[in-house]
Amino acid sequence: MPPPPLVEFREVAKRFGDGPPVLERISFAAQPGDFLALIGPSGCGKSTLLRLLAGLSPLTAGAIAVDGRTPADAAAELAFVFQEPTLLPWLNVAHNVELPQRLRGVAPADRAATRRRVLELVRLGDRAAAYPRQLSGGQKMRVSLARALALAPRLLLLDEPFGALDEMTREHLNEELLAIRALAAWTAFFVTHSVAEAVFLSNRILVLATGPGRLHTEIAVPLPYPRTSDTRLSRDYHDLVAHVSRVLRSVEDSAPPPR
Amino acid sequence: MIAPMRPLLKAFLPAVAGALALAVWFAAHFLLEEEMRFLLPSPAAVLQALLDHREPLARATLNTSQGALLGFGLAVVVSVGLAVVLSWSPIVRTSLYPYLMALQMTPLPVLAPICVIWVGAGLKSVALLTFVIAFFPLVVNTTQGLISTDRHLVELFGLYRARPWQQLLLLRAPAALPYFFTGLRIAATIAPIGAVVADMNAGSSAGDGGGLGFQAVIYASQAKYPALFATAATTCMLGFVLNAAVLGLAWLALHHWHDSYERSDK
Repeated sequence: MPPPPLVEFREVAKRFGDGPPVLERISFAAQPGDFLALIGPSGCGKSTLLRLLAGLSPLTAGAIAVDGRTPADAAAELAFVFQEPTLLPWLNVAHNVELPQRLRGVAPADRAATRRRVLELVRLGDRAAAYPRQLSGGQKMRVSLARALALAPRLLLLDEPFGALDEMTREHLNEELLAIRALAAWTAFFVTHSVAEAVFLSNRILVLATGPGRLHTEIAVPLPYPRTSDTRLSRDYHDLVAHVSRVLRSVEDSAPPPR
Repeated sequence: MIAPMRPLLKAFLPAVAGALALAVWFAAHFLLEEEMRFLLPSPAAVLQALLDHREPLARATLNTSQGALLGFGLAVVVSVGLAVVLSWSPIVRTSLYPYLMALQMTPLPVLAPICVIWVGAGLKSVALLTFVIAFFPLVVNTTQGLISTDRHLVELFGLYRARPWQQLLLLRAPAALPYFFTGLRIAATIAPIGAVVADMNAGSSAGDGGGLGFQAVIYASQAKYPALFATAATTCMLGFVLNAAVLGLAWLALHHWHDSYERSDK
């Protein structure tokens, strides 16, 4: 018997107010250890899907279960990395990383120990005293990631976290993300616009379609972990990127014209 | 933002401007017909008056400072508390704003006699009137700051299930600091002015001898024009000191993170 899913969407629908449906009849399950990439044309609701899963926005219909509970009840199990680094500019790196634990009343000594560990993971151990404005875009995203990891989540939700970064920085961060995940096997939901990024990171790609947002296809990514920069040179990787790009293109071509 | 400047240049430029202004003042004084020169005493005469009248001026400065600082301090405490309430509830905000504005629009000389009826002429009235004038920019700016928090950060705190007091103390309050200091700078500029005007209208020479406003009225009535100019200069200095103190506080609170300050490591 397969293990019980960590995340389960059952006939999930979402609309904002009286507007048109943003998501309709979304059903799928994620097993512990899955790395799911969500891709699709703009406006397909992939970010909304992530926000529903985080409990940041209520469902219109259907149900989401995280470890058998509602997203709100399972809040302690998940962490979120936003598109923006969302660091508090008046706190230094150390205090930013400690913030979630501080809000949960964790003792200062324990917070500091966690902070040192996660900052080492994102290779920013020497920048603990720096303020966000002293950091590059990539470093800020690393701090944001460290802050999420400080909560030791079982489920990590990432909403286009590296979308604003240059190609090289993004590739490096993708490799680091997988290296960190090899140490602590959280389950990941990763929204991205980049097919290459989706293929490199995930073992499953969910392709969403628009009008209204719905699950179009799921594509398995059978590339073995650990994946490194060499993975990008492999034939299998290139074939998969080409295949996913074709699928995404067909979804975009069949989409109704934008309203 | 202005282009970064060397500190030396930053000190040098105002000094040059000041020296030029003094030269123009001197020249204007001597360009006047001899019998008209009393209208614009020379800088030297004003300096002399400042020395001659240093005792009454020092006493008056002390009295005005007390009133200004009491009113200013009270305005800070009350406005921050009220701003928290106003930022919390749009209903309260909408209900009270017109009256806060009305209070600001009532001229001090009209409010002064009312204050005198309530608390008597002297320090209490001066402090109360200073409070009234310094209060508005503080409450408006601080409220604006408290409701302008980056929505991404608010969402982040929501995700971490932060309690309302945590959101206020750890997010909204620090995010509002730049706004608060904008209000504080305006308040620090108008508080000494308010205190002097209040002193003219609701001050008292009984006991403490009155403040700078009172002193100005006396010198004007005695036609001691250099002393009158010296009183104006003293009032100016008082505002300057209070402003410098606020600028220093703002620097301490903001320089390491806020974009309005240059980065020291770049």
